[in-house]
Amino acid sequence: MIHAAGLTKSFDTKGGETVHAVRGIDLDVPRGEAFGFLGPNGAGKSSTMRMIACVSPRTDGELSILGMDPNTQGIAIRDRLGVVPQQDNLDEELTVRENLYVYARYFGFSKTYCWAKADELLEFAQLTEKANAKVTALSGGMKRRLTIARSLVNDPELLLLDEPTTGLDPQARHVLWDRLFRLKQAGVTLVLTTHYMDEAEQLCDRLVVMDGGQIVAEGSPAQLIARYSTREVVELRFVPGTQHAAEPVASKLVDRLEVLPDRLLLYTQDGDDTLEQAHAAGIEPVASLVRRSTLEDVFLRLTGRSLVD
Amino acid sequence: MTTVDEKAGVRAADEPIRRPATAWTYRIRTWEYLLRQWRPYFWSGLAEAAGAPLLYLLALGLGMGSLINKRGTEALGGVTYVEYIGPALLCGAALQIAFSEASFATFGRFKWHRTLWGITSTPITPAVAADAHVMFISTRLLFSAALYYLVLLVFGAAGGVAGILMIPIAVLTAISCAVWIMVLSATIEDDASVAFNMVLRFGIIPMSLFSASFFPISQLPWAVRWLAFFSPLWHGNELARGSALGGLPLWQAAVHLSVLIAVFVTGFLVVRKRFEKRLVV
Amino acid sequence: MAVSSDRAVEHGVHPLREKLRPQPGVLVLRIIPLQLSAGRSRVVLERALRSSKSFRWTIISGFFEPVFYLLAMGAGIGALIGTVDGPTGPVAYAAFIAPGLLATSAMNGAIFDSTVNVFFKLKYAKTYDAMLATSLGPMDVALGEVGWALGRGALYATAFELVMLAMGLIESWWALLVVPVAILIALGFAAVGMAVTTYLKTFQHLDWVMTAVMPMFLFSTTFYPIDVYPRGVQILVQCLPLYHGIELMRGLTLGAVGIGMLGHAAYFVVMAIGGVLFVSRRLEKLLLT
Repeated sequence: MIHAAGLTKSFDTKGGETVHAVRGIDLDVPRGEAFGFLGPNGAGKSSTMRMIACVSPRTDGELSILGMDPNTQGIAIRDRLGVVPQQDNLDEELTVRENLYVYARYFGFSKTYCWAKADELLEFAQLTEKANAKVTALSGGMKRRLTIARSLVNDPELLLLDEPTTGLDPQARHVLWDRLFRLKQAGVTLVLTTHYMDEAEQLCDRLVVMDGGQIVAEGSPAQLIARYSTREVVELRFVPGTQHAAEPVASKLVDRLEVLPDRLLLYTQDGDDTLEQAHAAGIEPVASLVRRSTLEDVFLRLTGRSLVD
Repeated sequence: MTTVDEKAGVRAADEPIRRPATAWTYRIRTWEYLLRQWRPYFWSGLAEAAGAPLLYLLALGLGMGSLINKRGTEALGGVTYVEYIGPALLCGAALQIAFSEASFATFGRFKWHRTLWGITSTPITPAVAADAHVMFISTRLLFSAALYYLVLLVFGAAGGVAGILMIPIAVLTAISCAVWIMVLSATIEDDASVAFNMVLRFGIIPMSLFSASFFPISQLPWAVRWLAFFSPLWHGNELARGSALGGLPLWQAAVHLSVLIAVFVTGFLVVRKRFEKRLVV
Repeated sequence: MAVSSDRAVEHGVHPLREKLRPQPGVLVLRIIPLQLSAGRSRVVLERALRSSKSFRWTIISGFFEPVFYLLAMGAGIGALIGTVDGPTGPVAYAAFIAPGLLATSAMNGAIFDSTVNVFFKLKYAKTYDAMLATSLGPMDVALGEVGWALGRGALYATAFELVMLAMGLIESWWALLVVPVAILIALGFAAVGMAVTTYLKTFQHLDWVMTAVMPMFLFSTTFYPIDVYPRGVQILVQCLPLYHGIELMRGLTLGAVGIGMLGHAAYFVVMAIGGVLFVSRRLEKLLLT
């Protein structure tokens, strides 16, 4: 579906500097896969997504979407894509149902087809009751569902989602995930960016971690955890500040240790065993917890803990 | 590491100095804040405030005036056309500024930038914020009216010494309309551009045209002449013209002034209430 | 050029069109590059019509603005001035300014639509971003929006002309051409306005555009004949596009039609063609980056 090699995007800023948003990435996304981009703000995820969506010409490298070149066949490619932008750009001058209808019209479908499709998608997004409401009257979760429904008017083969659930409450996120699962089962290729590790683990078959415009890791969630983290993590909580006292002792127990303001993270293959050893070594935390490694551990390992922007 | 830094940061901070505050301190601080927001637009605003009158005076005062003066100006009270329209242009320009500040700019602080919610989450009350808005808009009006007056002086269209009274008259006229537009801004939730368009097209523009700005209302048919009485701009124009050219009986001046003050005071009281209603939920 | 390609899609209706969508570029010999247009600007127009319901009062109110000017200035200033020397000799003041107001409102509408409205949709509502995520091209968007602005302009011109007719201010059958000429004037200003908009960055820049339009309104002989100016100023005014629009309108409604009208019209044809060519180059750069 997507093939990229050495894909690069640079912008010239006002000050005459050149910003290298994407610095030569290689990608191959086969049909039917759910593929995720992970990375901190400014890592180049959105720029990559915009190039895939054929609204941003690449600076250099190869890119082919659905076997076509975005530079010359942008319209033909976009005809078969669904796009969910990072910020909802719904048409506030139209009602909920009209939003779907008009958007379908943009693809050139007949009027009767567009109305029928609009009703079908209202159902899908659980917005039938709001059909004639103004977009401004919708909650954040409803708007997001409407944006996703809108991206499906042309029954896309490839759906691009830029941070689909950012800013939503847990219920709304789960409803959205449910909808995305259904699409995946129906064979739609999903490409998404996210900051949420749980989202990536839930939805993605395979993902890449981007940092500084480059791909720093690639694989399935399980592969990434296996490669960049340990099976389990022991979290030892302290009164803030006192964790430093336990640091030298704890660091002897494991290969990798993270110091946070109020706790120590010990990366280990067997959490219970490590916790016992810690107690035996005289470490007395306020509370302790053994959990499985998550993508978050991978992510922080790869991109560091300090803010990048 | 982090914890240590944070603690050091707290320790390094000086003990804040706080002076006792009254409602007036808050009014002045909020006014100052609004002025600061305006500062980036100060010079372009000033250029506009001086450029617009120049163009109007050239095009209408001199251009159209040449045709009117040729035919005799008894209907204007014997003065030249540029002298006739000068005071009204000053009031009309103030009204334009009042509209733009009281409509989109004020509404934007409720809806788009939400700065008014920020302001009133401090000890500043909605009513005080409303006061500060009135103070700020008046300040802006004062600046541009004074500038307009200087341009009129250059054109010899500023009348006698008493003509300087045109400045406060224009400010009063414009602010009396502004408070009512602010009432609207504090009330509407959506479709602001539709609402303000209506105010502009069915309020400000007809008011500018039918309030003896460009011709005496005696030139209009009886049926529509009385409408002018309901236009604050007409009262302002009559007062301004009276102060620049004289010939306005004192009792008439008193009536005009009373109307303007009444429009302003009622609007001001309503707008304070509206700010409270909108911001205290 | 661009319009005809769009229309070709309309006329070349494929028998299966209602079931299948026309594949972009298959049906017509394309003049516009495939990358820029799917030949579907009609749906952009449809969106505009649909959305206009939410601001129908703004649209209706737009008709009243020139009418208020005509009533006030026609009666009030008319009583002070009496008659004015028009192209056919002395005419009533109202009959003199009415065509000027018509041309001015065509200009104002076109400039407002092509600057403020386009800028807002471009930068804030992101309407065009949404459109371009579909298989529409930038040219479809541009043509649809310009078409909508012109349609509105034609509506206003028709309504205003009816007011003139009712007030007895139309003196020639040439006035039948007023609406098409209003569209030409609007097209000229809209094309240039849109070209300017592609360079605007903030709302303050929009104020500058409006500031540039105002003197044109004041000096372009809407309210009095050009001979009140000294010779030097006359030449300056004759360079302004609105002056030529007013001359066209005045000639048509007062019945002073001559070969010189073609010259005035040519001004707008050049503006329109130049503007459209320029905009189509700029749009791709602006919308697809």
